[in-house]
Amino acid sequence: MVPTDLRYTKDHEWVRVDGDQATIGITEYATTQLGDIVFVELPDTGRALSQSAVFGVVESVKAVSDLFAPISGAVTEANGALAGEPELVNAEPYGAGWMLRVTVADAAELDELLDPAAYDALIAEG
Amino acid sequence: MPEVGVAGDDAVRTTPLLERHRALGARLIDFAGWLMPVQYAGILEEHRAVREAAGLFDLSHMGELFVEGPEAGTALAFALVTDPRTLAVGRAHYSMICAPDGGILDDLIVYRLADDRYLVVANAANAQVVSDLLVERMAGFRAIVDDRSLATALVAIQGPRSLEIATPQTGIDLSALRYYGIAEGQVAGIDALVARTGYTGEDGFEVFVDMERAVELWDALMTAGEALRLAPIGLGARDTLRLEAGMPLYGNELDAATTPYEAGLGRVVKLAKPGDFVGRAALERVEANGPTRRLVGLVVRGRGIARHGYPVFADERQTGVVTSGAPSPTLGVPIAMAYVAPADAEPGTMLAVGIRDARVAAEVVPLPFYRRAG
Repeated sequence: MVPTDLRYTKDHEWVRVDGDQATIGITEYATTQLGDIVFVELPDTGRALSQSAVFGVVESVKAVSDLFAPISGAVTEANGALAGEPELVNAEPYGAGWMLRVTVADAAELDELLDPAAYDALIAEG
Repeated sequence: MPEVGVAGDDAVRTTPLLERHRALGARLIDFAGWLMPVQYAGILEEHRAVREAAGLFDLSHMGELFVEGPEAGTALAFALVTDPRTLAVGRAHYSMICAPDGGILDDLIVYRLADDRYLVVANAANAQVVSDLLVERMAGFRAIVDDRSLATALVAIQGPRSLEIATPQTGIDLSALRYYGIAEGQVAGIDALVARTGYTGEDGFEVFVDMERAVELWDALMTAGEALRLAPIGLGARDTLRLEAGMPLYGNELDAATTPYEAGLGRVVKLAKPGDFVGRAALERVEANGPTRRLVGLVVRGRGIARHGYPVFADERQTGVVTSGAPSPTLGVPIAMAYVAPADAEPGTMLAVGIRDARVAAEVVPLPFYRRAG
């Protein structure tokens, strides 16, 4: 079972909402599919994300994968630790491996995301 | 049971070791029409296992073409850029099969098994093409091609502890088997050809057996290696290992639009051998004029990983393209191979790789990136 306090995208990002602030990362399922993560490229603070648009990349040894914004909003912080320790994403995808904090631009967008049960069903399909 | 799929062109072939890979938790991918393990524990961990201890590879997708007959050597000398007649029995060399225009159709290892018997090992993706071309080019020679690709399994053990692990399993004197040597004998009681070749930059052996015996061989080696940290290795780590070792991969560094000279493999082409061979005239011209691009090693000096297909710049001018790139697990920096203009190919030259929107500094370095001690 995936964490129940998060919302998810079909592209395997997660969002944790706290007031008007949201934290974004990728799911454990994504990290196991990618394998060893060796590089993460994130936007600068202040950048405006738009929902479903590419906001960065995550690279495993073999492959480059785009990261898609689960919601729209302005970046307030990017996880600087990932520059030196990208393996944190594998080790703690829902914790120290978080990627961005953003100010939620449109709370209604959160309703478009998958709830934990729906995301569980998605990854169960493979 | 081996389930070699031959039902149709779209059928994905499987090796007899598929269930072993599944049991070991492998992630499987379609590679050149074969369902193959890309990783087990993880590419980085597998890569280190081969550099520090030993790894076991299922390479049963490779093509095994036996060429036999009184003119087998002469026929191969016409079909390939090397001269297999110069090999002593029990020896092997790296070779290529080229088109009449000098383009590389595959890179190969040719083993001489007897006076009139050779084994040609081709890449999985090209095995059928090479098999067909050998048959075509050998017409008129007293030699036949016996394509045993689907009947032959290949298991490689690679890494510094390979000799220690494999020796008790065979009557062949492995320590006396030289690099690029091959011997016939038994491994774990199974009739086998054992070659001291590989694609990792480490010492190791490649063991050819009948498909029906592959599981037995795999199990015996896995058991024998357990105490010495022998790990199963997927195609992902195979790629990073060969990249560090500066070894070309067909489809990346080598293709039909590339000659051996551009790939830095001109020494493989034996223009001095007697008789004509396919590609000779074209290759003589390239050798005389010099190639218009050269394969180089790059170490990325900025932030980012150079990947296959990324452009390479010298100042503002695009000088070439990356053919392979990955973070080097051994060196801890991103490495790549790329084709660039000859003027930009000197080690020490600072170039830049186009990585998405950025141009990231990269330095030309000599190949290989990694050479084992001793």
